[in-house]
Amino acid sequence: MEIINLEGTEETPKVILDKDNGIFEISGRSLPEDVRTFYQQVLDWLDKYAAAPNPETKFTFKLEYFNTASSKVILDVLTKLEGISGAKVIWYHHDDDEDMEEAGKEFQDIVDGLPFEFKTY
Amino acid sequence: MKYVYELHKTMIANNLILVYEGEFTQDITKSILAMAERNMDAIGELGGVKRKVFSVMVECLQNIVKHSEELNEKDEDGLKNNAIFMLGKQINEYIVTSGNPIRNAAIPSVQAKIERVNSLDKDGLKDLYKEIIKNTEISDKGGAGLGFVDMARKSGEKLGYSFEPINDEYSFFALKIIVPRSE
Repeated sequence: MEIINLEGTEETPKVILDKDNGIFEISGRSLPEDVRTFYQQVLDWLDKYAAAPNPETKFTFKLEYFNTASSKVILDVLTKLEGISGAKVIWYHHDDDEDMEEAGKEFQDIVDGLPFEFKTY
Repeated sequence: MKYVYELHKTMIANNLILVYEGEFTQDITKSILAMAERNMDAIGELGGVKRKVFSVMVECLQNIVKHSEELNEKDEDGLKNNAIFMLGKQINEYIVTSGNPIRNAAIPSVQAKIERVNSLDKDGLKDLYKEIIKNTEISDKGGAGLGFVDMARKSGEKLGYSFEPINDEYSFFALKIIVPRSE
């Protein structure tokens, strides 16, 4: 399966989606003006991946900032993951960033069929 | 040239560390954010405060960018999509303020959104955030309808706002968000 590997910028996150090596990660900053265009490639990739997923999918979110439009598409990504058996979210937040921790917990409440593990960095 | 000095004094008197007036685009948003971030880094601002100010600024600036596009046709007053953005730094708080023209017809819905947010406490805002994020779709302008709620949550205080009439079609929408400088 194709690998998505996007370098992060000041407004878009770093994205790695690599089925063969079992690496699934969105990290950095997400505040693009047009979130739909940026995240569509991620959602499309997940649709393909969902047809034949690995037995285990540990999806890492390690975000520093995201705008509210990104929060909606992050929920879309999490909702897709909820439908993939063996998927799990590793939600990182900076050790003094309570807002990011709370954001993760709120997503966990909404997408209640998807396990979350919280870690600090 | 006296206005230069007057403006300088006004900025100092109001503790304004950043003022931008003009056209707003995503690139300009990024530049303003970078300047504010450098300023807060330079004084060693607390990480949590810095992130809250940054978040509030992002929502505020992207609101202007998104909603000014509909005013793109330049009218005879040269109104266009010019807006103002200011960041003030007091001893106990940062003050993010913005002002931009909006159509008079849009005032009731904007006012209703802000009033709803201002009527809620911390838990009420959390519930509203969850309700909106579950049911919203990204608009054609790229928004999720969560901006005011998120600003209020990051601020912890009521959003300040006013509408000053410009003419029959437009008013000037001013918005003020306070971010306390303690974690």
